[in-house]
Amino acid sequence: MPARVVILGGGVGGTLAANLIDKQLGRDADVTVVDPTGMHLYQPGFLYAALGQANGRWLSRDERLLLRPRVSLAVEAATMIDPSARTVQLEHGGTLDYDYLVLATGARLVPDEIPGLREGAHDFYSLAGALRLREALRDFRGGRIRVGVAGIPYKCPPAPVEFVLLLEQELRKRGIRDRSTITLMSPLNRAFTIESASKLVQPIMDRRGIELATFFNVESVDPAAGTVSSLEGEKTEYDLLILVPPHRGQAVIDASGLGDSGGWVPTDPATLQHRDHAGIFAIGDATDLPISKSGSTAHFQAPVVAGRIKSLVHGTAPKESYGGRVMCFLETGGGKTTVLRFDDEHPPAPPAPSRHWHAAKWMFNRLYWHTLPQGRIPERMGRPKRR
Amino acid sequence: MTTTDVVKTIDARGKPCPGPLMALIGEIRRAGIGSALEVWSNDSGSRIDIPAWIEKARHELISVTDMDGYTSFVVRKAR
Repeated sequence: MPARVVILGGGVGGTLAANLIDKQLGRDADVTVVDPTGMHLYQPGFLYAALGQANGRWLSRDERLLLRPRVSLAVEAATMIDPSARTVQLEHGGTLDYDYLVLATGARLVPDEIPGLREGAHDFYSLAGALRLREALRDFRGGRIRVGVAGIPYKCPPAPVEFVLLLEQELRKRGIRDRSTITLMSPLNRAFTIESASKLVQPIMDRRGIELATFFNVESVDPAAGTVSSLEGEKTEYDLLILVPPHRGQAVIDASGLGDSGGWVPTDPATLQHRDHAGIFAIGDATDLPISKSGSTAHFQAPVVAGRIKSLVHGTAPKESYGGRVMCFLETGGGKTTVLRFDDEHPPAPPAPSRHWHAAKWMFNRLYWHTLPQGRIPERMGRPKRR
Repeated sequence: MTTTDVVKTIDARGKPCPGPLMALIGEIRRAGIGSALEVWSNDSGSRIDIPAWIEKARHELISVTDMDGYTSFVVRKAR
């Protein structure tokens, strides 16, 4: 009898894991992906949509078209997981039995955790949010733009830095840069979590006149007064406020008692197995691992989970192990991009922004739909540079 | 200050910088004014960024203690 593999989430990690497991196990496994929308989103493109450089159609595809034919897709939400009975309950009343469960449920945005955020701030962390921000930027004629982070952890840590650099370029193109100020409100004492990347981007921000407010962890927004306040006790005025909303793990993780206080799945950093439940794995944003929540993390974790499930089904000892590998592009404007590649043993050493890496990023953006979800990216891509 | 005053201990050992500080900020959001939190970190960057943040946020750094392989920071939420 084939092993029953259920994968919750049809994002980067869930889709790639499903395709790899089906490819490697063939008729030894029946793979089912459960996704509440059935639409796969290319989230790195939200930023371009907000800046008017990409349309919504380019950023989404029918999940069914990305999955191998033998992989089943259930388009509905999972509402409860019972690890002892090994079942997943679905919103329309059905139940799926599993031998192996992969939690690729991602993160959810919880704007209501910050008073005033929903009414007072824009974001580019959802497609709808990005398209609304595009309208607001189209109508913007100058003023104070504040960009900040309203909760940690959040997806794609370089995105706020990338956004201010690209926005600055856009305002210059439109001839309203001299009527505008741009401030990046960082939750840290530098622009970005990774120190080496901060050292690279802060001089670029300085040269472009982008202000940096440090240790500004957003606590509340007052839309009527047009002010945003920080946990550190500061208050600042804005004309256009753009915030990364707070993130949490998905409701099904909370409801099933499988997560920590933030709804993140306690995950072994090497095996990617749930710390308390054999047979349950987690990948991507859903985990509690202290590394970047990004598509590349899920991309590098999916083969590990697929390989381990294959070994378990075949009764051999699993060998695959995740070593903290992440790769993020960081576009700095002016047609240049740098890249952050790192793992547990190799800290990031970002190169000077170049057109070479910019071309690589755009090629990746263009080829994503035909390569990554299907497992067609060579393993060596994104490997940190050995020094 | 005794250990019984600490309402929550955040074990951030193994989290690279700025993970321990971020864990502290996350918990202090939820803590009551006057309560004390303890953070354990084995990242050397915490020695700089945790005291710097506490000063900026006008909380009170009660103690910094070297333990066996990690550092303990005790912080009181002042406002």
